[in-house]
Amino acid sequence: MSTIRGKVWTFGDDIDTDAIIPARYLTTTDMDQLAVHCMEDADPEFPRKASSGDIIVAGKNFGCGSSREHAPLAIKGAGLSCVIAESFARIFYRNAINIGLPILESPEAARALQEGEEIEIDLQKGEIHDSKGKVYTATSFPPFMQEIISRGGLINYVKERVKQGE
Amino acid sequence: MGHTMAEKILARASGKEHLAPGELVNARIDMALGNDITAPVAIQEFNKIGVDAVFDRERIALIPDHFTPNKDIQTAQQVKGMREFARRYELTHYYEVGRMGIEHALLPELGLVLPGDVVIGADSHTCTYGALGAFATGVGSTDLAAVMATGELWFKVPPTIRIVFEGTLPPGITGKDLVLYTIGQLGVDGARYCALEFTGPVIRELDMDGRFTISNMAIEAGAKVGLIAPDEITLDYVKGRNQRPFEPIESDEDAPVLQEYRWDVSQLEPQVAVPFSPANVKPVSELSDVFLDQVVIGSCTNGRMEDLRQAAQVLKGKKVHPKVRLIVIPATQAIYLQAMREGLLEIFIEAEAAVSTPTCGPCLGGHMGILAEGETSLATTNRNFVGRMGHPKSGVYLSSPAVAAASAVAGQIIHPDQIGEVK
Repeated sequence: MSTIRGKVWTFGDDIDTDAIIPARYLTTTDMDQLAVHCMEDADPEFPRKASSGDIIVAGKNFGCGSSREHAPLAIKGAGLSCVIAESFARIFYRNAINIGLPILESPEAARALQEGEEIEIDLQKGEIHDSKGKVYTATSFPPFMQEIISRGGLINYVKERVKQGE
Repeated sequence: MGHTMAEKILARASGKEHLAPGELVNARIDMALGNDITAPVAIQEFNKIGVDAVFDRERIALIPDHFTPNKDIQTAQQVKGMREFARRYELTHYYEVGRMGIEHALLPELGLVLPGDVVIGADSHTCTYGALGAFATGVGSTDLAAVMATGELWFKVPPTIRIVFEGTLPPGITGKDLVLYTIGQLGVDGARYCALEFTGPVIRELDMDGRFTISNMAIEAGAKVGLIAPDEITLDYVKGRNQRPFEPIESDEDAPVLQEYRWDVSQLEPQVAVPFSPANVKPVSELSDVFLDQVVIGSCTNGRMEDLRQAAQVLKGKKVHPKVRLIVIPATQAIYLQAMREGLLEIFIEAEAAVSTPTCGPCLGGHMGILAEGETSLATTNRNFVGRMGHPKSGVYLSSPAVAAASAVAGQIIHPDQIGEVK
């Protein structure tokens, strides 16, 4: 599935992992239970408003703060299809790639896209098509990370390496 | 042309002659860490890989410290899973309640993280060990799972931002004030993807506890690591604790850096981060009428011996303000015991503070001091995001232990020098 279509939800700069999934809900590792509280402290209504396939569009430094992988897991569990941001905090960036949550870094798209807009994303090409037909190109991933992404995450990548080593 | 500590440590760990910023490498890991929030996810992922052993049972530390002593049935189940994993794979470094401490205070104390190491932890404050000259960085649970299986992890070599603290540190000004000032200057993403390296005469004079506090909060400026070159003070601390040999690494003098800041801190005032960002930093004199419901002294940032001594010095013979709850949390069992022997616990209890067994508890709004709607806390912890310590409509200010202790007595945020004026 390299093409995504979905509705945009916009957020500001420095959305931290406590806003994405507050620590009070970290008593489980279950993605579906985490999803119920996704982005709750940034927008209490968000878990009810967002639908499967929707897209988060945020400013700079998305996912700063804690290393909790529960943050991208909550987003993935809520059925959100992609996060576009001006920039990502580094641990969130690693975590998203490792668990196979699509993320795209595009300052232009992050600034231009409007809440409620229906957009289309070509993940293979890293292209974001807005509702007026304008196309934004996201920063491309280095080949090594593309390999992890193409295998669906770090665990599958490590699994294959372990097998080859045997 | 020389190389930075960050580049040199990663080069050695990945078998490369030298490395430049931006290169991707696979590095050998000297120590890997997980806690009761992140390890359960890592264990799930590890089990999918299909290996029948961990890469090295002596190089994985699992420490239940966030919700422990277990706060409810769910967290008890999470820790049970960790414990069973540790037993199954015969991990040397699993530390149970009663023997544990807050991970980032415990690992250095036990000599498990050393100068020149590459350390990963599924906890963002793993950067604390940069104070020992270790390339130590926070990663996610899946990263930890991969390391537990293979002993290696990929890194992008970071460029370095050098922070030079010049002058002399005024009395009562601590590592916490230096790092809050730094974050205030850089912003929460000012060092994103970069290595921070702290140096200068003020750092060279600073004790290890102050250095741990500085490196601990490097992540709050978005940094990957917060390095301090090992010196005599570092080696004095490490000697006798280290459980394996180590080789310190420092930056070459001519190593190019991305940016350098030189700050004379001779006139620095105590610094306070105001809700809702650790970069929203003000000198304490600019704050007035910030009335407090709770004060927390502890955490991986400021729960060490020097921190408790500074707090006790202020609290001796005083009483906590009637409208304030003061919670003091020594970061490890050894610190707790030492604080008892030095009479610090008596000072805290006579001041009418609650003293707790080691836990991260209130710092992340886990347990042991959660805020209600509309409440305000001053804490020696590291983050003051919305809802960090409890209700989304509560607020957290961050400061040094001395400011926290004085403010607990005053009932509002004050400079410790003003405590004589408190009735």
